[in-house]
Amino acid sequence: MAELMYREALNQALAEEMERDANVFLIGEEVGRYQGAFKVSQGLLDRFGSARVIDAPISELGFAGLGVGAAMVGLRPVVEMMTWNFAILAMDQIVNNAAKLRHMSGGQLRCPIVFRGPGGAGGRLSSQHSQALESNYAHFPGLKVIAPATPADAKGLLKSAIRDDNPIIMIEGERLYALKGEVPEGEHIIPIGKADVKREGKDVSIITWSRMYYFCEEAAKQLEAEGISVEILDLRTLRPLDEEAILATVRKTNRAVIVEEGWPLAGVGASVVDIIQSKAFDELDAPVLRVTGLDVNMSYAANLENAIQPDAPKIIAAVKKVLYREGA
Amino acid sequence: MASKYSKDLLLTMYRKMYLMRRFEERAGQQYGLGKIAGFCHLYIGQEAVAAGVEAAIRPDDYMLSGYRDHAQPLARGSDAGMVMAELFGRTGGYSKGKGGSMHIFDIENHFYGGYGIVGAQIGLAAGMAFASRYRNEDRVTVCYFGDAAANQGIFHETLNMAAKWKLPVLYICENNRYGMGTAIARVAAVPEIHKRGDAYGIRHEAADGMDVLKMYESVKDAVEYIRAGNGPVLMEANTYRFRGHSMADPATYRTKQEVEDERKNDPIPRLKDYAIKQGLAKEEEFDAIEAEVKEQVDAAVKFADESPEPSLDELWKDTIVEEGEEDVRPRERVLGVKVTRWPKYPSGQELKVTWDLEPREQAEKADKAAGLKR
Repeated sequence: MAELMYREALNQALAEEMERDANVFLIGEEVGRYQGAFKVSQGLLDRFGSARVIDAPISELGFAGLGVGAAMVGLRPVVEMMTWNFAILAMDQIVNNAAKLRHMSGGQLRCPIVFRGPGGAGGRLSSQHSQALESNYAHFPGLKVIAPATPADAKGLLKSAIRDDNPIIMIEGERLYALKGEVPEGEHIIPIGKADVKREGKDVSIITWSRMYYFCEEAAKQLEAEGISVEILDLRTLRPLDEEAILATVRKTNRAVIVEEGWPLAGVGASVVDIIQSKAFDELDAPVLRVTGLDVNMSYAANLENAIQPDAPKIIAAVKKVLYREGA
Repeated sequence: MASKYSKDLLLTMYRKMYLMRRFEERAGQQYGLGKIAGFCHLYIGQEAVAAGVEAAIRPDDYMLSGYRDHAQPLARGSDAGMVMAELFGRTGGYSKGKGGSMHIFDIENHFYGGYGIVGAQIGLAAGMAFASRYRNEDRVTVCYFGDAAANQGIFHETLNMAAKWKLPVLYICENNRYGMGTAIARVAAVPEIHKRGDAYGIRHEAADGMDVLKMYESVKDAVEYIRAGNGPVLMEANTYRFRGHSMADPATYRTKQEVEDERKNDPIPRLKDYAIKQGLAKEEEFDAIEAEVKEQVDAAVKFADESPEPSLDELWKDTIVEEGEEDVRPRERVLGVKVTRWPKYPSGQELKVTWDLEPREQAEKADKAAGLKR
């Protein structure tokens, strides 16, 4: 198996799907001649031409709407948002149109579109460029939301997303693009809606997704040295949530910590807690805890930026607390 | 003097306008009776626009609209009973009663919906037109919106792209002079909306939206220009709604005199007078059409009234498309007729994309002009 960067895995998925289906096209800011702001679309313009790899003006609302319209008549657009922060400008087209077309038309229309781009904090970019916005989209019926942590998942989920007949929100990890991992060649598909046990353990479950997975791994390694066995469930899909996998891991370890980059109020993690307490309350040996970003805007100052985000020490503290261990 | 129009054309346009008028009058009445709820934006007064457009385009051209969207699908040939049932929120409606007044969709007749957010359909229309170019079809997309929508960001963002990429779309701004209760001149720096086409270098014009024949001529020219590959046209159809913004609006922001004056321009009697004066049709022929349409609309109301409410399990359908799930064909579902006009698009294997959105030589020339090297 080839070792690829997360961005290369996405590039491979795009190229394979565009090769397979001429209805697939890519539109976004700098996706063509610039080769992608994060180089996800490297080489695609030369390979597929300017009608299929389209440099859009800086008009998120406009080109999101153009993509939705094209999807309504059977094309399969992939709309790259340079970051999800900018996609806030396109919310109306994503939420009021794409998510609702099937319903409002009484099942006459489908909207096979993928909106994708990087999300999350980091890199000293302050408030407007450092936000984990997945809960915004997970809120809306009619959308599916995916957020892969590894290069292999990124490739497999993007291929599924492009083939799906529903509007998909794909939130990539801005800090993960250069991360390497083994990626199967060719037809590698990860089903949307299936979580993945990334680490087997028996004392406590950590439930997470995207970049936070790596902090959880780091915490799990340190905890293992102290004799605590951690299971890590990577949700991969945030809408629909894989209830079965969430309940299975909780039934196995009887304790859960949810790690989420975004803000605590109305976060995706809050819904995971709801699933656990309403369907597996009797299995729990301790209250479920959440480790989230702090409930503040992101700062530019390096020390503040670090303090706002979840990290391994915070996760370790939460795990010890649900285990009723010292230091919690 | 012989008219340049055929009798058939005039009578067809008359029948459509009269159907829209009667339908909307009955919809207003049913709203009063509590059978229709929500907002109910009537088209009364604007019929010449939809009838003129429909006569000038092909049935397979795409169309979208805003929330004032009952009449345009009727002009396309949608079933009046099913549109009325949608207004009633009944299962016999085009969207099973899930879309209601502001979201009429009739894909069989290439009517791709009414949209409740002001201007949102302007972006969708560009995407549909883009798809036509992408597949090398000579279809035009007709997009209706109101005067107020021209002040939304999506209007400007989309016109820029549509112009740059020469998308085959006809933007028809139905300027009825009021965005809800606000006269357009009070909030628009340039109230002649069509002039905004200059900013994007696209053909634009004002059309008489109270005269169906003039409307027909304007649209015929514009569509020919678009189909020839010249890119979009922004047409401002100057029209007037005789009623309030919606049934919930008593329209106290304009004078009785203004409405009375405008009613003198009513496009429906105007067309009738013209046809009779030209000796193309007799009074009795119009009487017959009117009687038929009245019957059609009565039947539509009856159909809607007798159609059941959707069952509660419908709540869980039509949100996410399951794998292998077919699209719902409304007339097939409701009337049991075999629908054959359902759009079929080429699969990825059949499709050859030959369009060059930004030819390489052109891009390189632009680079050179900017002093860039590649």
